Amino acid sequence: MATRAFQKVYTKLNQVTKATCSVTATGVGYDELATVGGRLAQVVKIINDSVTLQIFEGTEGIGTDAEVVFFGYPPTLKVSDQLAGRFFDAYGNPIDGGPDIEGEEVEIGGPSVNPVRRQQPSELIATGLAGIDLNNTVVTGQKIPLWADPDQPYNFVMSLIALRAKADKIILGGMGLSNDDYLFFKQAFENAGIIDKIISFVNTTENPPVERLLVPYMVLTAAEYFAVEKNEKVMVLLTDMTLYCDALSIVSNRMDQIPSKDSMPGSLYSDLAKIYEKAVQFPEGGSITILAVTTLSGGDRTHAIPDNTGYITEGQLFLMRDTNISKVIVDPIGSLSRLKQNVQGKKTRADHVDVMNAAIRLFTDAGNAKTKLENGFDLSDYDERVLKFSHDYSLRLLAIDVNISIDEMLDTCWELFQKYFSKQEIGIKETVMDKYWK
Amino acid sequence: MTKGIVRGIIANLVLVEVDGPISQNEICYIQLKDIKLMAEVIKILGKIAYTQVFESTRGLMPGNEVEFSGHMLEVKLGPGMLSKIYDGLQDDLNKMDGLFLKRGEYTDPLDENSIWNFTPLAKAGDVVTGGDWLGEVPESWIAHKIMLPFGMTENYSVVSVVPAGEYKITDTIAVVKDKEGKQHEINMIQTWPVKIPIRAYKEKPRPFKLLETGQRTIDTLNPIVEGGTGFIPGPFGCGKTVLQHGISKYGDADMIIFAACGERANEVVEIFVEFPKLDDPRTGRKLMERTIIICNTSNMPVAAREASVYTAMTIAEYYRTMGLKVLLLADSTSRWAQALREMSNRMEELPGPDAFPMDLPAIISNFYARAGYVYLNNGSTGSITFIGTVSPAGGNLKEPVVEATRKAARCFWSLEQRRANSKRYPAVDPIDSYSKYLEYDEVKEYLNSTIAPNWTDLVSYAKDVLLRGRETNEQINILGDDGVPLSYHVTFMKSELLDRIILQQNFFDKVDAATPLNRQHYMLEKVINICMMDFQFESFEEVKPFFTSLIYDMVQMNYAEFNSEEFKQVEADLEKILAERRVK
Repeated sequence: MATRAFQKVYTKLNQVTKATCSVTATGVGYDELATVGGRLAQVVKIINDSVTLQIFEGTEGIGTDAEVVFFGYPPTLKVSDQLAGRFFDAYGNPIDGGPDIEGEEVEIGGPSVNPVRRQQPSELIATGLAGIDLNNTVVTGQKIPLWADPDQPYNFVMSLIALRAKADKIILGGMGLSNDDYLFFKQAFENAGIIDKIISFVNTTENPPVERLLVPYMVLTAAEYFAVEKNEKVMVLLTDMTLYCDALSIVSNRMDQIPSKDSMPGSLYSDLAKIYEKAVQFPEGGSITILAVTTLSGGDRTHAIPDNTGYITEGQLFLMRDTNISKVIVDPIGSLSRLKQNVQGKKTRADHVDVMNAAIRLFTDAGNAKTKLENGFDLSDYDERVLKFSHDYSLRLLAIDVNISIDEMLDTCWELFQKYFSKQEIGIKETVMDKYWK
Repeated sequence: MTKGIVRGIIANLVLVEVDGPISQNEICYIQLKDIKLMAEVIKILGKIAYTQVFESTRGLMPGNEVEFSGHMLEVKLGPGMLSKIYDGLQDDLNKMDGLFLKRGEYTDPLDENSIWNFTPLAKAGDVVTGGDWLGEVPESWIAHKIMLPFGMTENYSVVSVVPAGEYKITDTIAVVKDKEGKQHEINMIQTWPVKIPIRAYKEKPRPFKLLETGQRTIDTLNPIVEGGTGFIPGPFGCGKTVLQHGISKYGDADMIIFAACGERANEVVEIFVEFPKLDDPRTGRKLMERTIIICNTSNMPVAAREASVYTAMTIAEYYRTMGLKVLLLADSTSRWAQALREMSNRMEELPGPDAFPMDLPAIISNFYARAGYVYLNNGSTGSITFIGTVSPAGGNLKEPVVEATRKAARCFWSLEQRRANSKRYPAVDPIDSYSKYLEYDEVKEYLNSTIAPNWTDLVSYAKDVLLRGRETNEQINILGDDGVPLSYHVTFMKSELLDRIILQQNFFDKVDAATPLNRQHYMLEKVINICMMDFQFESFEEVKPFFTSLIYDMVQMNYAEFNSEEFKQVEADLEKILAERRVK
């Protein structure tokens, strides 16, 4: 973002904190960009002629005589088809050595879609993972995070979904991404031979944390360009939103705001909603689907970050290790896709919903049986059978290394039902039972 | 009019220096280039007004001009609001162009050129006061009353009313005269400030009439009444919204106002995609025709989120004064509380628990108090039944919004994570939930006289079965299957039967989605009868399969049309299974 002519320059800072500084200035607009000593900053508070700026790179070494130059406009991104296949930093500057992008300059963090102009999301995204396709079907225009402890292979699963999802564009927003993971994504996309479908905005752990705050908005501005102007199906990947929230809490702390639960700012819900609600199905066919990662601490879903996320997103996919089969599965109990009923049994086979519910109920019963076993009680015949079922169910369906079609998933379920249970124990409607119980 | 100049901007809190008198909650417009941003005064300190802006403040500068309007945030009331989709400030969202919302675009909530078929109800010489009916126009299937504006609280005598015929809402339909003899022309439009309750009624008695929702876990176990209040707290993923949508579809009300407050946009889309297609079982018309949606989704400006619940309540009060049975649903009141928290934080007020403002309980109580059953001045009745959802942080029912709401609302339907995990929907915890209305003598009398003489006894027996079931289940878990008497297994499975057949309901099944009261009574009586029977078992291992087959059969009954061939067939099967083990 180059400076322009006739900009006012100020050289006297009144206050410097770890992330912000203030300067006496006039004619400055809220949300406007500036540079402070050459570092990019944004206006976050104005009281009379005292302007407070948040400096993205941090204030280390900023002197009270640092030069402050106001741009007169909020952060922007140049959008055009040239974005495709490119890698950028949090400010939208290329980091792949390629040329600058030419295109229309658009303010990031633009307005919301008028709710009445939205279309009901109803197009299935097949991923080959039964934990998703069978139990928690995802649709275009949905927003759904992967919840995982830091030791789970969440970035791997995300790349699997993105690559299998048949999107027109995949836009990666890396926030506090380790350099290794960044290279992993880059390689995964290159190996799949679809690098021209990929756009990446990356803030790695080597970059200052506050910069991350720009990443989701850069990503979504690019996504809106392709979804609205080009009617494309855009898949947005955001990893890791927990680190994004950490950056939010740093800034709110520096601005002396009263923290609410878990030291997070009181506006966390609105801050996250602003990002996730950009997921949308447009009437003209374009869509933005958001797949995000929220890392948990010890599986604690009551922490303010997963908690607020859960209230905003349309479900969550829980990764966990199933010790019975020594593999990572998508947990059928903790996971949920709220939009699954838009496609299950409508765009998929009619028995989908019944089969899914029956299998999950049996899996839950297996959990209870396991508890009984751990408490040293004898198992009933039924308990023995649900345990066997849940083992097979995890291994043949839920494990993330399985890649089969939805019909195959349903057939596998029926096969397991008949292997271990009676009709009554499955408890599916007679009419459906007649057709599939052989 | 008072004018002002912007002095400070902190997100959507804008400090304005004013040149004259202003009042708390007054609306002002901030000039930003060629658009005007609407804002509300929330604090006044000397010459500085603290205003919350209902839009993004991006680009706003100190020195921008501000104009004060002289009134509080108002809604515009008149015929033509049904089936509309408004934002939190009552802008008609369908009138806005483009895919994206534009800052500073405000649209007319009514259609000023629409023509209405007016029939007079008052005549020259009548003495009327605010809220009295002057005439009516058919709005969809509602007789929309044209009322003397609520602000005219004195007595007026009617000078003339126009004859029956077609009029625009801006046409004068009546002339009234006050006691000084001054004449006032009345048209079909009036405005009202949303934060002030409309009190154009004679009295507000204790409510007593059951309001059917079609949801068994509510109607049977913990019913709500016409003019009652209730709330649904629950962690995310427990089905709050699905349950509330169910109530909005099958609730027995003349009209539904749905305030989508700070929730997901796709959920609102679901309503306005589905409701125009779904039939209202009572009138045979489309559900959308009795619905008004106030939509302020989570990504829309925070301040307007706070306004949205008041906008919805005021529209509800307007229709109640026409003698209608209004059901108001808000999803979710926690988002509204969070909006209050964000503003309180920006104003650097001393925080209460979890950084919420100290007066949160008072604000919530005042809001719930606006619901109720009323006798109007002309003897008719009207009601607003209010059901809000609460989204407790971390699913913790001790957090401030739940605590505050518990003090205000009379019904508590607690959604439980464990039930949701085992797909027992609706996941309303039958034991923690309550309805205070069951304590009302007038409600008990109403239930027993309209459903069945022994109804309240049946319900209280059902609650005992559930509680006993939970207790024995705990014992079984502690002592093991063979460590407890066989009767424990029977007691537990009886409660499982009741749980599965009465409490659980498949919202996505055409028949099971809503259960009329007579059917609820039939099934409850049937289940309770089974719970009262004695059965013969050799070992505990026989208990579960037996009850599983009972449950299987009765679920088929729930899925069959009431009293259909299929229903009776399954019922006959059931009797056979029962006979096998029943001790006479």
